[in-house]
Amino acid sequence: MSGIKILLEKCVGCGLCVKVCPVNALTLDKNKAVIDYEKCTLCGCCVESCKFEAIKMLRKIITKDDISSYKGVWVFAEQRDGDISSVVFELLSKARELANDLDTYVGAVLLGNSITDRAQGLIHRGADKVFVVDSENLKHYIAENYTKVIVSLVDKYKPEIILAGATTTGRSLVSRIAVNLYAGLTADCTALDIDREKKILIQTRPAFGGNIMAQIISPNFRPQMATVRHKVMPESDVNISRVGEIIKEDFNENDSDVRIKFLDFIKETIATVNLSEANIIVSGGRGLQDSKNFKLVEDLAEVLGAAVGSSRACVDSGWIPYSHQVGQTGRTVCPKIYIACGISGQIQHLVGMQSSKIIIAINKDPDAPIFKAANFGIVGDLFKIIPLLIQKFKEKPKSLAV
Amino acid sequence: MNIIVFIKQVPDTTDVAINPETNTLIREGVNSVINPFDMYAIEEAVRLKERWGGTTTVVTMGPPQAQEALREALSLGIDKSIHLSDRAFAGSDTWGTSLILSKAIEKIKDYDLIICGKQASDGDTAQVGPGVAAHLDLPQATYVRKIDTVHLDTTPNVIIVERLLEEGYEVLELQLPALITVVKEINEPRLPSLRGKMKARTAEIILWNNNDLNVEKDKIGLDGSPTQVVKIFTPPHKEGGRIFKGEPEEIVDELIKEIKDLL
Repeated sequence: MSGIKILLEKCVGCGLCVKVCPVNALTLDKNKAVIDYEKCTLCGCCVESCKFEAIKMLRKIITKDDISSYKGVWVFAEQRDGDISSVVFELLSKARELANDLDTYVGAVLLGNSITDRAQGLIHRGADKVFVVDSENLKHYIAENYTKVIVSLVDKYKPEIILAGATTTGRSLVSRIAVNLYAGLTADCTALDIDREKKILIQTRPAFGGNIMAQIISPNFRPQMATVRHKVMPESDVNISRVGEIIKEDFNENDSDVRIKFLDFIKETIATVNLSEANIIVSGGRGLQDSKNFKLVEDLAEVLGAAVGSSRACVDSGWIPYSHQVGQTGRTVCPKIYIACGISGQIQHLVGMQSSKIIIAINKDPDAPIFKAANFGIVGDLFKIIPLLIQKFKEKPKSLAV
Repeated sequence: MNIIVFIKQVPDTTDVAINPETNTLIREGVNSVINPFDMYAIEEAVRLKERWGGTTTVVTMGPPQAQEALREALSLGIDKSIHLSDRAFAGSDTWGTSLILSKAIEKIKDYDLIICGKQASDGDTAQVGPGVAAHLDLPQATYVRKIDTVHLDTTPNVIIVERLLEEGYEVLELQLPALITVVKEINEPRLPSLRGKMKARTAEIILWNNNDLNVEKDKIGLDGSPTQVVKIFTPPHKEGGRIFKGEPEEIVDELIKEIKDLL
């Protein structure tokens, strides 16, 4: 019978599992851990926490079909109007590593309209095979149509791994594909590795807003699917002498889903750099005091070639559109440098940006929680500090920000 | 217009803290709340009902204590609530969860629109909404920031929505029934009214277990879920940062000295 149980002979009653359980399903009774099965969601946090291997999770192994016939590491080549998203190049470099470990090929899946001429660029970036489906009906990303196409490609070519960017498009699309394929999918990964012995993908992702990390596998199902965060992996280099194969497939017009129609796309961000692709983000908070002072943040962003972010307070006050909000109810970002100006650093903001590589905080309150998360903190008046920073950065040649 | 809202009860993240000695999450005394994004889904459903009529139903899957979340949704103006609870459901990953939820939808039968929050604040996957749409073969729009128009006089009925993207938004027309997931920008949730709270306290909560839903056991729970969590750990702590205090000119120079190689 599948489920979870305490091995009483091993349990020493240390209580660590009780503290770890996210749903308060564990208690101590007579110095032994007890599981309340009404509350337990089988998340497995306690199994990992136990230093005495006293908690055991049992599962029946269900294997979908012959998984050894699945070969190749695929990357979904997300694009808009023919511009390949930069996350695709990051995925190609990771896919190359994984494919080398598995001794297999890297595939790129390119869907769109008049898109075939972009396939060669993907080969230069590391793909061995590019599967191209070029059709007027795929001009715009429509989850239903893209799903149909990719599911039929997977049925035909059987890749063992599929990676997509953890973008609004990638996340929505592969969720649908995974359900249709009955395949495992892990969202928003920050690290991917191969277990060389078992030849499976180990996927690492943050949960609870980055407060904990989880490693996830899907050993008995294929393909193993993951969406991957922007900016956590380096882009692959361009090598114009690389050769590869371009495989064209058709999309039958009659298969186009009539229930959903693309009507329009409207571009809408004040800085030209979008938050998820930015190497540097300058964010403003309530410490700016007034909407007109947001200009300071925008000016600093401009000299750095950075994107503009914001705390929730500024969005709620109408100083800047919601699309710039970083944090729990906004976007999650992980740029190389995050500069927080006048942001106190409530947990809801921190969960959206604490994975940034370098955090610089400017705040007049030395006790502001943002300083705990910061690599560099400046205690001071941002109305003096920011103009000085702008002046200093202007003196230097433009950064390599974009 | 009959609307179904999926909600999830999650730990209140404002309470989440790390025990520096054991490096584990401190859970004692952590409150459970409705996932923040689901509050916008609830509000949007109530607004649509106020404008177009019909019934709103809230559905959650989880242990018995998840009923608190259902009562809160009822106090905010939702008409009906359904609680999906069965030992067989525990341990389901997003694949299994979206299958169970889609079976509940099939049992409810009469619906025009399903609304979910864009993701849950504990798992952050954003996979269950599109997963349900895939199981039911419904058109989907994720990250919806505005419902522009509802046409209930056309055949078939359609809605036009704005879908938030990284660099702007797109406008999509969906035939009903459909599934949307919503972002914070879509509305400002109301507070519960006193009357709503009174009503919610005694309102009936429909309880469905797997005898009602008949989901194949091999496809849900630990066994049927394609993914397995093998390890959970706390991320390495950031080293204590450097703090600069003093005259603005001096500290700005010091900072720039530190970071100039990074730029």
